[in-house]
Amino acid sequence: MDGVHDMGGMDGFGKVEPEPNEPVFHHPWEGRVLAMSRAIGVFRAWTIDTSRHAIEMMAPSFYLSRPYYEKWFVRNQNLLIEKGIVDADEVEAGRALRPAKNLPRGPFSLDDIDKVTKRGSFYRPAQGPAQFKIGDRVRTKNFHPKHHTRLPRYARGHVGVVERLHGTHAFPDSVASGKGDDPHWLYTVRFDAQELWGADAEPGSKVSIEAFEPYLEEG
Amino acid sequence: MGLRENQFGTVFRLRATHPLGYIRRMAEHHHEHDHEEGSTLTDMDLRVRALETILVDKGYIEPAALDRIVELYETKIGPHIGAQVIAKAWCDAAFKQALLDDASKAVATIAQQVGSVGEHLIAVENTPQLHNMIVCTLCSCYPTDVLGLPPTWYKSFAYRSRVVKEPRAVLADFGVALPAETEIRVWDSTAETRYVVVPMRPAGTEGWSEERLAKLVTRDSMVGTGLAKNSSEVA
Repeated sequence: MDGVHDMGGMDGFGKVEPEPNEPVFHHPWEGRVLAMSRAIGVFRAWTIDTSRHAIEMMAPSFYLSRPYYEKWFVRNQNLLIEKGIVDADEVEAGRALRPAKNLPRGPFSLDDIDKVTKRGSFYRPAQGPAQFKIGDRVRTKNFHPKHHTRLPRYARGHVGVVERLHGTHAFPDSVASGKGDDPHWLYTVRFDAQELWGADAEPGSKVSIEAFEPYLEEG
Repeated sequence: MGLRENQFGTVFRLRATHPLGYIRRMAEHHHEHDHEEGSTLTDMDLRVRALETILVDKGYIEPAALDRIVELYETKIGPHIGAQVIAKAWCDAAFKQALLDDASKAVATIAQQVGSVGEHLIAVENTPQLHNMIVCTLCSCYPTDVLGLPPTWYKSFAYRSRVVKEPRAVLADFGVALPAETEIRVWDSTAETRYVVVPMRPAGTEGWSEERLAKLVTRDSMVGTGLAKNSSEVA
């Protein structure tokens, strides 16, 4: 979807302002939101692509105006309700009103900590040979789907070079649409800045994206 | 429009322009009151506590486990991990090559020292000819296994929007100026691959131990918005 989250190349957000000696969390509730997100992830009630899409679908005014972890919190709460893990009236009441339905396993406990501190694998078995090889010229597609995609707007319809091949991975566009992994080859595609930004590009810079094969055609 | 950066690095609209939907939502879930930034924190404390209570009461999570996750990210999983990896790469050419060939595998070989690493980690090396920078324009993907949680500026709209278009201007925001002939390469993390930069080893550090070298490796130098510290900055 062409959402406000797709920010590459936009102007108007001002300077980047690093915070000296920044704490990991600015408020205790941020840490709880992060921890809850990680713990809920172990239940596999939804995928990382679904959770990204849930944030992308927030109203642009909300996305632009609320703190990072508040968006995570709203995402968690909405998805927990959508998946029937928590009920809307419980959120309203601020407490549990009935026992868990179909609790898939025991509570997330200290024994499960290892499961959240190590990233999983997104490799999937190849469904066929890779269409492109390193060094090939490719053109990214010019598409504007309503669903989740990981091809940023600034990199659509441009010619680049395949620089790396990463094997086949679960395809976010499919996963976030509830259509399964639909694995595809994943490439690093490198663009000259001038190809992306024309005469306004900074000289001598290059940008790469990670592009799934369905995003690409011959250059 | 009254946009400004707050301490979270996210853009807050001034109160008069708060989206109505948000105010309505706040009113539904809590009490009707005027919404100001100061009270947002209290509201968030209450809302987050309520959801945690519901999940605990329903048997989904144990609070002690959440405490441990917070503690891990506050004290155990951070840029000191990446700094150890980089320092080793500076001292051990075979390890550096292994790191550049397959960072997930290479870091796993020293996991006893640095903790666990997941799949899809990729290390890219800075040279006098090439300077690498990492971003996620679409959300906030970051090499958490080796750097911990991302700083606010990495997630900020300013960084995400600008670094793919004007990387040198962004470097200037960090006080970094590179020679005009150095090529800048920006890696947009649009899939599950995660990039980490191998900064250049500073001059005057010959014979230093890995432990001492690691003190030169800053978080920003591993994202590409900074350089490793000068040898004179470390005892």
